[in-house]
Amino acid sequence: MRVSSIAAVAAAVFLIAGCQTPPERSGTAAGTGATAQGAGVTSRGGADGVDRLSGPLSEQLAQVGDRVFFAFDQYALTPEARRTVEGQAGLLSRHGGVTVRIEGHADERGTREYNLALGDRRAHAVKDYLVALGISPTRISTTSYGAERPAVLGSNEQAWAQNRRAVTIVLSERVGS
Amino acid sequence: MTRTERSAFLQPWGRPGALVAMLLALLAVASMAGRPAMAELSIDITRGVVEPLPIAIVDFAGAQNNEREYGRDVARVIAANLRRSGLFAPVEPQAFIQREIALDTPPRFADWRVINAEALVHGRVQLLSDGRLQAEFRLWDVFAERQMAGFSYVTDPRNWRRVAHIIADSIYQRITGEDGYFDTRIVYVAESGPRDNRVKRLAIMDQDGENHRFLTDGSELVLTPRFSPSLQEITYLAFRGGRPQVFIYNIDTGRQESIGDFDGLSFAPRFSPDGTQLIMSLSRAGNSDIYAMDVRTRQLRRLTTGASIETSPSFAPDGRQIVFNSDRGGSQQLYVMDADGGNVRRISFGEGRYATPVWSPRGDLIAFTRLHQGRFFIGVMRPDGSGERLLVDGFRVEGPTWAPNGRVLIYFEEEPSRAGGAGRSRLMSIDLTGSNKREVPTPTDASDPAWSPLIP
Repeated sequence: MRVSSIAAVAAAVFLIAGCQTPPERSGTAAGTGATAQGAGVTSRGGADGVDRLSGPLSEQLAQVGDRVFFAFDQYALTPEARRTVEGQAGLLSRHGGVTVRIEGHADERGTREYNLALGDRRAHAVKDYLVALGISPTRISTTSYGAERPAVLGSNEQAWAQNRRAVTIVLSERVGS
Repeated sequence: MTRTERSAFLQPWGRPGALVAMLLALLAVASMAGRPAMAELSIDITRGVVEPLPIAIVDFAGAQNNEREYGRDVARVIAANLRRSGLFAPVEPQAFIQREIALDTPPRFADWRVINAEALVHGRVQLLSDGRLQAEFRLWDVFAERQMAGFSYVTDPRNWRRVAHIIADSIYQRITGEDGYFDTRIVYVAESGPRDNRVKRLAIMDQDGENHRFLTDGSELVLTPRFSPSLQEITYLAFRGGRPQVFIYNIDTGRQESIGDFDGLSFAPRFSPDGTQLIMSLSRAGNSDIYAMDVRTRQLRRLTTGASIETSPSFAPDGRQIVFNSDRGGSQQLYVMDADGGNVRRISFGEGRYATPVWSPRGDLIAFTRLHQGRFFIGVMRPDGSGERLLVDGFRVEGPTWAPNGRVLIYFEEEPSRAGGAGRSRLMSIDLTGSNKREVPTPTDASDPAWSPLIP
C-alpha cells in the first residue's frame, strides 16, 4: 500500500507539473514534415490530402515556436502560449503573403467527438489571439484532429501534455514578400 | 419454475457431458418434475445472471451431398449465434444419441431428455429445381414434447448465412420473448499502423464477423460510421482537405457524398429513426452546436446555441427527443431536448464526465461513456436520468451501440499505447445485464462500431 500511495503522489505531482509548464518545443517541429534542408521548399502529402510546405518560413516558425500547449480539457492560452503566439504574429506580420493553418489536438483522455470539438476550440484560441494581434483572419484557417494525430506516443502525462496542442503550419509562402 | 432453480440443482455436478448416463437420467427426471406440466419453455432475460438453456441443434437433413453440406453449415451458424448470446448452451453434437431427424417425423424425445437437451432444433435443406435454396426447421420443447416453432424459407443459395441468422432469430424470439438480433450487420473503423499516423478504413460485416468487407481504402482518415434505418447508407466523418466533414456512403453504389461544405467542421452525424434527417455538430468560429439537416433538401436547422460544446446527438426511437452531451454546466454532461431544440434538461449528475449518449431502439434506456478518475466506463440510464448502471470499465472503453432489440451493446476497447507500439483496439459486446462480455472478432484493430437494425 505504501508503494502505491507514493506512486500516486508522485503521479499527482507530475500531473500538476505537466499542466503548469507544458514542455518547451523549439527547433524542428517533429511530425509536421519540416526539415532543415536550407532554403529549399519541399512539400509532403499527408494522409489528409493536404500538402504541407517546409521551407525558410517554416523553419523560422519552428524557431519562434510552431505550437502551444494546453491544460487538460482546457482551451485558454497560458501566458507562455501567448508569448509563443506573439512570436508567430511577429513573423506573420513581417511576411504578409503567408497563409497558415492552425491544427488543434487533444490528448487521448476524452471521447472522440468531444475531442474534435475541443481541438477546434484550441485552434480558434490561437487564431483569435493572432487576429487580436493584427493578423488578418483571411490568412488563417483552422482544423481539428481531436486525438487522432498525437505528437508523442504513450499513455502517460508526459505524452498527453505534448499532445494537448495547437500547431501552426505554413500553407503557402511567398518568400521575401 | 424458473431455469435458475433447475440450474442451481445442476450446478454442483457441472456440465452434463461429464456425467454418467444414470446420473443424467436422474437429473432429467428432476428437471421434469420441477416444471409445471403446461409451462412454456422460456428464458427470462431480464434477470442478472441467466444459466444458459441447453439446446440441441441437429445438422439439417438433405437428400443430396451438397444439401447436407448446407444443412451442416446452417446448423453450425445457428449454434454459434445462440452460444454467443450467452442465453443458450448448444449441446456438443458428439453427445447426440439420435444423429438424424427427418423433417416431418417427431424426434425420439427420450434420446434428447437423456442428454438434458431442453430444446431441440432440426430441419431440412433442399435445392429447388429453379436453383433456389429452401430451408425448413422445427423447434421442440423436449420435455413437453411439443413443437414451438416451424418455418420455411426460400432464398438464393448465396444467402444461406442469412437464412441461418433468421432461423436463429426466430428460436431466440420464441424462447426469450424478445426479438432476435442475429440478422444484422456491423459497420466500424478498421485500424492499422502506428497511433501517430493511424490508417483508418470503413469496414462492414455480419454481426458474427462473416462477409467482411472494407468500404474505403485508407487514403482518408475516417471516423464514427452509423447506419441509416434502411441500411442502404452510412453516415460518417472523413478528413478531406484536412478538415473533418460529414459524408454519406451508399452501400450499393459505393458512392461517397459530402453533405455540404460548411465554414467550420461538421462531425458526430447520426440519422433520425425515419431516415429523413441527419443530426450532427457543426462548428463555427470554434463553437460546436447541434444541427438537424433534411437529407433531401439539405436544409439546416440549428437546435442549440451558446458558447459551450454541444455534440454526440442521438434521436429517441420515436424521433421526438434528442439526447446529446454538452459542457454548458462546466463539465461534459448528458442533456435531453425536444426534437425542435426546446425543453432542454440535464439528465446526468454523477461525478466525472458523460459522453456519447445513444438512445436504445426500445426507447427505455440511454447508453453512454463515462469518464471518471482516469478510467472509462460504459453505462446505461433511463431517459429521465434515473437508474444509472455501469456495465464495464477499462483504460479506454467508448462508443456503445445497441442491438436492435435493446438487450446487447457493442463498444470498443483500447489498451494504453506505449512509445514504439500502439495498444490493441477491438470491439467487445456485453449484455445489458453486464454479463456475457465477449470480443467481436475483426481482421484488424477496430473502433467506432455501429450496429444495424434488423436487415429489412
